[in-house]
Amino acid sequence: MTVPYEPPATEPAPTPRREGRRKRRRQRDDVMVPTMEFESYYGRNIVKPAPWKAEIPAYLFLGGLAAGTGLLASGGEMTGRAELQRNARLVSLAALSGSTAVLVKDLGKPSRFLNMMRTVKLTSPMSIGTWILTGFGGFTGIAAATEVAKMVLPRPAKAELAFILPAATRVSSWGAGAFAAPLAAYTAVLLSDTATPTWHEAYRQLPFVFVGSALAASGGAAMITTSVDECGPARNVAVGGAVVDLVADAIMERHLGMLAEPMHEGRAGAYLRAAKVLTVAGAALTLIGGRRRPVAALAGAALLAGSACTRFGIFEAGIASAKDPRYTVEPQKARLAARREQQRQEAS
Amino acid sequence: MSLWRNQLHGPTDPAKDAGWEDPPPRKGFFTDTSICIGCKACEVACKEWNQLPMDHLGMTGDSYDNTSALGASTWRHVAFVEQDAERVEQARESGRLLAEEGPAGGPATGPRTPVALGLPSLRPGLHRITEQDVSRAPATGLPLTGPGTHVDIGPEATDLEAAEMAARQAAVDGTLPDFRWLIASDVCKHCTHAGCLDVCPTGALFRTEFGTVVVQADVCNGCGYCVPACPFGVIERRDRPTDANGERLKTAVKNEGVAQKCTLCYDRLEIGAKPACAQACPTTSIQFGDLSEMRQRAEERVEALHTKGFTEARVYGGDELDGVGGTGSVFLLLDEPEVYGLPPDPRVTTADLPDIFRKAGFAAGSMLVGAAIAFLGARS
Ligand code: SF4
Ligand code: SF4
Repeated sequence: MTVPYEPPATEPAPTPRREGRRKRRRQRDDVMVPTMEFESYYGRNIVKPAPWKAEIPAYLFLGGLAAGTGLLASGGEMTGRAELQRNARLVSLAALSGSTAVLVKDLGKPSRFLNMMRTVKLTSPMSIGTWILTGFGGFTGIAAATEVAKMVLPRPAKAELAFILPAATRVSSWGAGAFAAPLAAYTAVLLSDTATPTWHEAYRQLPFVFVGSALAASGGAAMITTSVDECGPARNVAVGGAVVDLVADAIMERHLGMLAEPMHEGRAGAYLRAAKVLTVAGAALTLIGGRRRPVAALAGAALLAGSACTRFGIFEAGIASAKDPRYTVEPQKARLAARREQQRQEAS
Repeated sequence: MSLWRNQLHGPTDPAKDAGWEDPPPRKGFFTDTSICIGCKACEVACKEWNQLPMDHLGMTGDSYDNTSALGASTWRHVAFVEQDAERVEQARESGRLLAEEGPAGGPATGPRTPVALGLPSLRPGLHRITEQDVSRAPATGLPLTGPGTHVDIGPEATDLEAAEMAARQAAVDGTLPDFRWLIASDVCKHCTHAGCLDVCPTGALFRTEFGTVVVQADVCNGCGYCVPACPFGVIERRDRPTDANGERLKTAVKNEGVAQKCTLCYDRLEIGAKPACAQACPTTSIQFGDLSEMRQRAEERVEALHTKGFTEARVYGGDELDGVGGTGSVFLLLDEPEVYGLPPDPRVTTADLPDIFRKAGFAAGSMLVGAAIAFLGARS
């Protein structure tokens, strides 16, 4: 397609559609608000969004659940809460298997997962995370195996294994406990160590959001599966986690400024609004009626759903921030302007 | 942590950091967009040499750019922008400021004072900078004499001088369209601190002895982590291409599901040849060589353009003090970077990694303490 030549008076140069221009026009009459004007390249994204689908936010959720319930199981083992210990271990193993399955699905072929095992790389949160997941998985596998053994083995067989079962229980309890917290926190590093504007800028608060979310979900899972008598710590963890999640999220959004916009719009906004409602409701129900089994189960379900929505919401918000060049360009231009200002002051 | 910091940002020799003993001088590109004619020879040469599959067919309506962006199967991308005089004025002003004050965070180069010109030419500095002698090149397509032009070229004048005068006259007559092209061939920046390489969990991305960044397709597991880590949006995981109707092709393409990007023609470099794009570029807009020389040529060319009044010219990349420790691909741009789809102040994400890990460490610690309190404080 060619533009026929015309003298400039009758036809100005064609103006391709550009985000920056549109924005400037909209805000022209409001002179009090300084707007960052820029011309984008046909409104196209500058950084690329991560090529990840629903598997990754599902992994974030399941990984957090596995970590939180792993911690509850260890606590249960150390404080003599046998039912909590058993149920939390089984939930943890199930969540872990689920999270590994979605990871492998994301890669396409199981053998590809093994490529991660060829190196340990400190600068790659995904490499670190793989090793954390492997360590946690090993101990959780042993832990769950001992629980299954205790449930299904006939008494004589158990007697024969008496020399190993208690030790296995103890060791796996400490081991899984040690890997649980890093597993819950590293997924925030995974998202933040990218050029995706909203994820990167959120790095100070995101691990607290994720840790809180993991605790709330695992407290919820324990409240569904375990009798209320053994669930005191689970209720504490659920409410505490929900509070940490909500407070860290509020601080994060304040800090993010314009980069928080994607968290209020579109699918991300819907997820995160749902997450808040579910988390608040779950925590409130836990406080009000957590000692009654049906209420506890309802609260647990709300907390689990809230945690899942948090992960999907944060994930989608980051993807949206990468797709719009405004979120890449405007903070960078502001950064440049600030440095320029500083330079001028130093010069004068 | 200081060990970390040195490795994660700031000036350094990346090949030595990667463990190469006695590497050759670091190699790089200088892409001078002021002499790019938008022929897309670089795109074609790159596709041919590297046997890149087709990615998508169709028209975008975005000027002459139907390639859209760099990606898994597009390692050179020519951007086209159509601008009017108002925008040129703004670019001239921002470029002048940049020259006066220096890049923010970097050393100021000081104002460039116009100096008396030596050999007159439309593209000042071309003689010194490019390998071609343009003065003996055939006349360009601009009408130099004849009806509609009132140009009187003296016997001493060169063709280029005449062309410039013709253009000036047309501007005075009002027969020159209020319009200019920005045309720029974009490519992987081969960053000193490459986000893609830092975050790759398999070691598929590695640093070559030339200081460039290359993916090993047989090691990459397709995790896709490098894709959001690149501050320039260069690297991409290769998906099955679609045909003109948007349908996925039936047959698999080479290296499907694997991250791909420019290798700076690692195979050609190893036998001492130029990268395919630089070899194919008919105007020497794409130049290849030792990075230090590329940086110097870019500086000199910008200076030459400024002395002629083209203050919109500026260097992009190559500054050791920038957020990626300097790029291996240096550009001369004629407007703000974002106009070309480039980030104005790129920063490698791993520069913050120690702090990111520290915050996550606090969070993990709080989780442990919180869980302990939850158990100790529980009545049942
Ligand atoms: S431009 Fe992107 S893909 Fe190229 S080396 Fe830098 S970070 Fe890697
Ligand atoms: S997609 Fe391949 S090259 Fe990119 S980070 Fe993953 S393993 Fe490395």
